[in-house]
Amino acid sequence: MSHAAPRPTFPHRHLLGIEGLSRPDIEALLDLAEEAVDVSRQVEKKRATLRGRTQINLFFEASTRTQSSFELAGKRLGADVMNMSVANSSVKKGETLIDTAITLNAMRPDIIVVRHAQAGAVHLLARKVDCSVVNAGDGAHEHPTQALLDALTIRRNKGRIDALTVAICGDILHSRVARSNIILLTALGARVRVIAPSTLLPEGIERMGVEVFRDMRAGLKDVDIVMMLRLQRERMNGAFVPSVREYFRFFGLDADKLKLAKHDALVMHPGPMNRGVEIDSSIADGPQSLIREQVEMGVAVRMAVLEALAQHLPNG
Amino acid sequence: MPFQAFQPIALVNARLVDPARGTETRGGVFVRDGYIVAVGGDVTAQSVPSDARVVDCAGDVVAPGLIDMQAFVGEPGAEHRETIATATTAAAIGGVTTIVSRADTHPPVDDPAVVDFLKRRARDTGSVRVLPMAALTRGREGREIAEFGLLLEAGAVAFGDAGHSLRNAQVMRRALSYARDFDALIVHYAEERDLAGGVMNAGEFASRLGLSGVPQEAESIVLDRDMRLVALTGGRYHAASVTCEQSLEIISRAKAAGLPVTCGVSINHLTLNENDIGDYRTFLKLRPPLRREETRRALVEAVASGLIDVIVSDHDPQDVETKRLPFAEAEFGAIGLETMLAAGLRLVHAGDLALPQLLRALSSRPAEILKLPQGRLVAGAPADIIRFDPDEPFVVVPEKLHSKCGNTPFDEARLQGRVKMTLVAGAVAYE
Repeated sequence: MSHAAPRPTFPHRHLLGIEGLSRPDIEALLDLAEEAVDVSRQVEKKRATLRGRTQINLFFEASTRTQSSFELAGKRLGADVMNMSVANSSVKKGETLIDTAITLNAMRPDIIVVRHAQAGAVHLLARKVDCSVVNAGDGAHEHPTQALLDALTIRRNKGRIDALTVAICGDILHSRVARSNIILLTALGARVRVIAPSTLLPEGIERMGVEVFRDMRAGLKDVDIVMMLRLQRERMNGAFVPSVREYFRFFGLDADKLKLAKHDALVMHPGPMNRGVEIDSSIADGPQSLIREQVEMGVAVRMAVLEALAQHLPNG
Repeated sequence: MPFQAFQPIALVNARLVDPARGTETRGGVFVRDGYIVAVGGDVTAQSVPSDARVVDCAGDVVAPGLIDMQAFVGEPGAEHRETIATATTAAAIGGVTTIVSRADTHPPVDDPAVVDFLKRRARDTGSVRVLPMAALTRGREGREIAEFGLLLEAGAVAFGDAGHSLRNAQVMRRALSYARDFDALIVHYAEERDLAGGVMNAGEFASRLGLSGVPQEAESIVLDRDMRLVALTGGRYHAASVTCEQSLEIISRAKAAGLPVTCGVSINHLTLNENDIGDYRTFLKLRPPLRREETRRALVEAVASGLIDVIVSDHDPQDVETKRLPFAEAEFGAIGLETMLAAGLRLVHAGDLALPQLLRALSSRPAEILKLPQGRLVAGAPADIIRFDPDEPFVVVPEKLHSKCGNTPFDEARLQGRVKMTLVAGAVAYE
């Protein structure tokens, strides 16, 4: 994309979820991210968009890839980035989320990136601070930058999102990635299927504009994209599914099941993967896998988000 | 509480609503020595004795005071959340003249001495009547039935473990059997604990918010079991809070079969739905959860038809620290004593309920179920009376409410209906 193109505008102060974003909002972010991909592939990767700005990464849940991706994105845009992980903070000593927000707010950050184990926690924090807030995952609610990076990855490989058939497979019930992706992909015109055993499907999911499959073979038939989700270990042994081997037999992605998808179908996974649980290693590392590219797009999308929000920073 | 003799008082030129008879007439009420002496069209400023104080109600409604069968008053043990003084002040302003207090205090109300403590605290610090509900089981632990006989003698009006559902069907069976001998009322919060692990109503909205849901079955499974145990034992049973269509069906069948069963609903479930949670508003995090709009409408219809007997405030003050948390971590509960009448009047203004139907569920039915002499606008009844203008508009400002906690789900809501005077036993509790 040409650097001379008009800057896409983004009319929101925070990015709390995909819900509430219009199709032009989403497309503006994806276009910005395309530029960021170019920047990241240069030898000189640094820009000055956020020079002098402070970005705090506040992670109440452990995360390696999302946190480092946001850190790198902020640094590439010239921001001062501070990582706060909760393991060694006063939050563990009983300070409430709101007190933490008020304390951090007093340090005058420009952007806070938040991950929290509870749905809605990022909204709560956003109401108490003066700066922009980015949701890096809140409970089973939303993970907007993951959905954006998935969309960017798909768009770059398929040339479009409109009219593609995307199957999201696995633990839909507990997945913020699934929710954000369903909202985003349907908004951009994709046909979305969800594939899971009934115990891992949220109630009323069919009213979110998706087709529901309990049989993975039927669900994968003729899809363009297979998006696998991680299944947490504690949910594998009798709580939601009887065992790992039974889950892999019916809902794990192997070469046999992937054959049912279109011949040029692409495979994605938000990571971290449980090889042999939801995805076979040969698929994860195979020619149809986009999993490594997703990581690269992650940095680009987060640069785009930070840049878009910077439009609304005071004196920005 | 000031139960001694006061100046006689006459409320004249009023719209008299007697929910016990379902009547609405013009006239006045004359009160002396704590009781209604005369009521009707011939009670006028001229007809009452000259020593009486005459209040011209200018067409306002005069009705029996409200009887709230479910409210948490903080004492003993949670005085940081509420006290009898603050709860009864809020109640008097809201037109509630009798509160049945919950048994989940610290210590719980499972001993006659705690009942006695509550009665004395209410007498000394309360401005409306407080009637203790005692625990159904010792320590509210669901294992051994409480001392129904001794607790009744001490002044308990009913038995319920408030928020602890009885898991053990054998204990429930024995409680109902034993209660029958004393004609005691069992009030049960029906909830299947394993199914009720969520934080809001199960369904599409919970799925969108990424919150765990509680299905209707968490309520109906236990209610269904209880109906069978009532049929087996003949004990008097009141379902504290029904919130879904399945429960209405179950109660309807039980009543049709002639079982001694009644039920209540909270004002919140009648006037709010799950969508009001909106952007994770924790003041609307309730147990049982707010349901869908269709369900709310079914509950309102059930109040109109009398299938649901009573409306309760489910007043549950929670201090701000336990509410200013992510939704899943926040406490359940909302205050309601002060806004119950005005919230209920929403249903009247919307044309869903007639005023006598609303007041029946708020005063005369609870009185009948608890076997109290209140809830009627007739000569000889205790003079627990309210005067209110059902139309006067106001905006709910949490800081101006009188509970110790501001966790109202009607935060900033526009309501109509203000109480102008509350009499308890003929004495002015609020004006």
